[in-house]
Amino acid sequence: MDEVKGEAGNFRVRLRKKPRYIREDKCTGCGICTEYCPVEIPDPFNQDISTNKAVHVYFAQAIPLIAYIDDSCLYLKEKKCHMCAAVCKNDAIDLLQTEEEEEIKVGSILLSPGYETFDPEVRGDYGYGRIQNVLTSMDYERLLCATGPYEGEVLRPSDKKHPKRIAWIQCVGSRQVQEGGNSYCSSVCCTYTQKQVLLTKDHNAETECTIFHNDVRSYGKDFETYFQKADSLPGVRFIRSYVSIGREDPETRSVSIKYATTDEGVKEEEFDLVVLSVGLDSPKNVKELQKTYNIELNEHDFCKIDSRNPMRTNRPGIFVSGAFQGPMDIPESVITASGAGSQCAEYLDHRRWKLARERVYPEERDVSKEEPRIGVFVCHCGANIGRVVDVPGLVEYSKSLPNVVHAQEQLFSCATNSADEITEMAKEKGLNRVVLGACSPRTLEPLFRDTLREAGINQYYLDMANIREHDSWVHSKEPEEATEKAKDIVRMSVARAKHLKPLQEIDLPVNKTALVVGGGIGGMTCALSIADQGHEVYLVEKEADLGGMARRLHTTLEGLDVQPMVKDLVQQVYKHPSIQVSHAATIEDVSGYVGNFATTVNSEGRTKKIKHGAAILAIGAQEYRPEEYLYGQDERVLTHLEVGERIAAGDEDLLKAQSLVMIQCVGCRNEDRNYCARVCCGHAVKNALQLKEINPEMEIYILYRDMRTYGFREDAYREAADKDVKFIRYVPQERPEVEAGTSEDGRDVLQVTLPDYVLGQRLVLDADYLSLAAAVIPPAENKRIAQLFKVSLGLDEFFKEAHVKLRPVEFSAQGVYLCGTAHYPKHIPETINQAHGAAGRALTLLSHDTVTVSGSVCEVAEQDCVSCGACIAACTYDAIEFKETPQGKKAWVNQVICKGDGLCNVKCPTGAIALKHFTDEGLLSQIDAAATEEDILEEIEAAAEEVEVEEEAT
Amino acid sequence: MCSGRVDLRFVLRAFLKGMDGVFIGGCHLNECNYITHGNFDALNMVLLCKKIMERIGLNPERLRIEFMSGGEGHLFAEVVNSFGKKVKEVGPLGQSEGLDKKTLQFRLEAVNQLVPYLKLVESQRMKASTKSEEAYRSFFSSEEVDRIFDELVGDKLAISQILLLLREQPQSTGAISKQLGMTPSEVSKYIKSSSRQGLVRYDMDSKCYSI
Repeated sequence: MDEVKGEAGNFRVRLRKKPRYIREDKCTGCGICTEYCPVEIPDPFNQDISTNKAVHVYFAQAIPLIAYIDDSCLYLKEKKCHMCAAVCKNDAIDLLQTEEEEEIKVGSILLSPGYETFDPEVRGDYGYGRIQNVLTSMDYERLLCATGPYEGEVLRPSDKKHPKRIAWIQCVGSRQVQEGGNSYCSSVCCTYTQKQVLLTKDHNAETECTIFHNDVRSYGKDFETYFQKADSLPGVRFIRSYVSIGREDPETRSVSIKYATTDEGVKEEEFDLVVLSVGLDSPKNVKELQKTYNIELNEHDFCKIDSRNPMRTNRPGIFVSGAFQGPMDIPESVITASGAGSQCAEYLDHRRWKLARERVYPEERDVSKEEPRIGVFVCHCGANIGRVVDVPGLVEYSKSLPNVVHAQEQLFSCATNSADEITEMAKEKGLNRVVLGACSPRTLEPLFRDTLREAGINQYYLDMANIREHDSWVHSKEPEEATEKAKDIVRMSVARAKHLKPLQEIDLPVNKTALVVGGGIGGMTCALSIADQGHEVYLVEKEADLGGMARRLHTTLEGLDVQPMVKDLVQQVYKHPSIQVSHAATIEDVSGYVGNFATTVNSEGRTKKIKHGAAILAIGAQEYRPEEYLYGQDERVLTHLEVGERIAAGDEDLLKAQSLVMIQCVGCRNEDRNYCARVCCGHAVKNALQLKEINPEMEIYILYRDMRTYGFREDAYREAADKDVKFIRYVPQERPEVEAGTSEDGRDVLQVTLPDYVLGQRLVLDADYLSLAAAVIPPAENKRIAQLFKVSLGLDEFFKEAHVKLRPVEFSAQGVYLCGTAHYPKHIPETINQAHGAAGRALTLLSHDTVTVSGSVCEVAEQDCVSCGACIAACTYDAIEFKETPQGKKAWVNQVICKGDGLCNVKCPTGAIALKHFTDEGLLSQIDAAATEEDILEEIEAAAEEVEVEEEAT
Repeated sequence: MCSGRVDLRFVLRAFLKGMDGVFIGGCHLNECNYITHGNFDALNMVLLCKKIMERIGLNPERLRIEFMSGGEGHLFAEVVNSFGKKVKEVGPLGQSEGLDKKTLQFRLEAVNQLVPYLKLVESQRMKASTKSEEAYRSFFSSEEVDRIFDELVGDKLAISQILLLLREQPQSTGAISKQLGMTPSEVSKYIKSSSRQGLVRYDMDSKCYSI
């Protein structure tokens, strides 16, 4: 990106496109060029541990799956070689390509530059770069991966042997104030290390894993149990200690680490491999980015953001998603991506669909009365298949198969001209089914289905025989056997194709209205974002007023004044012509499905039925009411939330107190609630800083288990420590004890006692006030709401998203979305990220007129159903129910909800329920056809003999 | 389509067609892209099927399920190579187990006939409850499952074989016991219960049972 001109809604961006030296429209990612390229280079994707070629696809699952040529290419350097161009069968190599410039017009811009990993080589941290067997976690990540440098084998650099003792060192480059380090917490390293430990143990259960850490920051959803899982494995030790590297054994090249223990002093221990859990840096080209887009950065060189809307930069129309906001993990990145995408769309909504063109397909031919007429197209895939499998031989063989009326070869079946050829042959030969002997259906099935539609054939009349991944790629050294196997695969495909049925995909109309349940910050933000993009929104709030939990919050660590912000949001909601608010509302009933819900709401005594296409659940969470530490018995015991309220109200007694003790993790991280409430550490530090600001003399103690001030909150934690807030660690086995008592100077105080592990004695703290980090707990209504909307709750009883990484703001029930603390405790900026994210996902549904449902769903043959209910129990989506029929109760599939996994099909004892397209009939015929040709011949001969015998007998 | 769609019937059909081994590949457990976790259903089916194979004298190592992702080609190759090797070691189906072709077909067919019933038993009584591979495996190696299996499947399997035999021609208790490798008293126990259900009758003249 060279230059950005214009303003929000109308930017002009000049792009400079570096040459790839590959014609993108021609390259099929077949990889032949890579094989023949003579130049070996360190593979950047595998952290330079293994090698690749100057021309290669960046990594196995790259999108698009297209090669590029590296600067190390002999032609580019010395104009010497053009081997790749010679071997490419699709003329995709263009060594003369030059840089291109292009200007594009856009309404908004989304910056997602990601992050860099901290480079320990610069300072030589822990001997990295000097000691061979010290790796970064990124290096190690590649070692663990099946597509990594040693194909998933963990081998250490010095001798390529399996390490038996591995140490991880946490916080490398993070939580440091020294030159060259980052003061903030990188947020992701604790959990990714635990993941690496679990994978390591999976690779080899004997490996001893030792993790040297500071606080364990398992603050995310399900992180706490994940940590426990890693911690409980045999041979895994989590050791809380700073470390230094001792020595490298000159012979074994193993590395010793010195660390501190509470009972045995400093110890030195040897490890075969040391992994540095490196943190996250801001993007490498961040200054350039700043200049090009004229955006502000924060003191850590990440994007400067406003916590009222963390996806917004200081320049209107330019948004930011992912780790450029600050260190974050994949789910949060995906959430901010949806959210920022949605906000981009606010500038573009009036132009939605203006560039879209509708495809018109010829009318589908009715072939139901015809005999199966199968066409087999065998793809050479350049040389990928062709040089291993005897393609002409396979074509001849295919012609001999029953119902095959046409077979031919193609150089690349996926090329446009080949698709045209398939269409033409289908017409000419009257084909009504097509088998493609080519690659995996994973990538190209949609393309070939489209080809069939162009030919006027139902798209489900296609079967792909994968003779590339399953054959030529794995049997390149056994061409004859590979050809035989290709015959088997094609024969099986043909057998199945005979049984394929034409299926119709259903287009359901979408009601363009949204229902948002919950009027807190999350719900209001989400409602506004959807309404701003031209949709009607019903906002339903159970209380008499909007605002939710935020009405009790006053400030945040980022310095946000919460009350004016909430007031502003409430006003915007009331003023918005497209938002209708129901107060004191209860949801009584929900019916319907994606695009067509009907929800009955009782509000202030009146009942109404709301029709809507999507629903967003934003019902928030609650504060735990502590039963411990004299809460409710002694009025000097408060929660953090209550302390915050008293600070805001200027409570003199509190503000003038001599001492205040905070106890963290009250009501969570225990057996009842085995999760971390995420916000309390930040909350404690914020209250402490505010109190210190008002009354610098106040003694403040924070009793914690792990301080989880992740991300930039770490700076506030350090500031509090600098301001003499005392942080004292306790362990759950020896919780602090609280009782009323008298201080040495005769004050009535609460006495808090706990063991001091540093000094090895019991510590007694006198507190005028005790502040408890009362957990954030799931909303009271969660079970009822979950049942009404047919969505699920996690073990922690917060709402469970469809997929933690792939679909973090959606439920598996289509058309229902999720945001805010109902999902998991979170800070206000995180809720706002998620609220926009949920709006974005809901809008991808609501902006369409119809939603298409797959044709491959289940169906019940009523006469065979014995109403045993096995299918109903097997369906996770609640797509099956009993319906009364004249023949009694029968199972019935709602095809709109069915996702086609086919689990019910397998459970049905009578074969009454069937997954269309993957029927028993089709699959069994495929299995039958798998028997080798000799077997089949044998059977035919045996049958013939029998006939002869019978003939003789007569 | 999920790996959980792989029907017990499919596996049996492959063996009936003379395949020496059956391999099922599923996604990694607990990493379902949906919410169904149907790969556990596949695992359950495989563990049950192995028990059945043992019962009818087939080497259960002929059936294997492994879990991997689409990005793990190397792992797939490794697993398939090792399975291929294993199947070669085990040898040709039936022959290595000392079963002639007819007996083998006969036993598999007897199981095949029972599939609807086996599905009911599986979903009602033989399903591990905790979603972990370990829990599934230990459930299927527990004594409780052995008991349920004997009680609900073992007898049915024996009867299914007897009925299949009688469908061909009437036979005496002695002949049946010889062919099925059961003791005559076992055979008469099954015959009795079958005749009570009206499935089998006794022909006084030939001293044979028939359908």
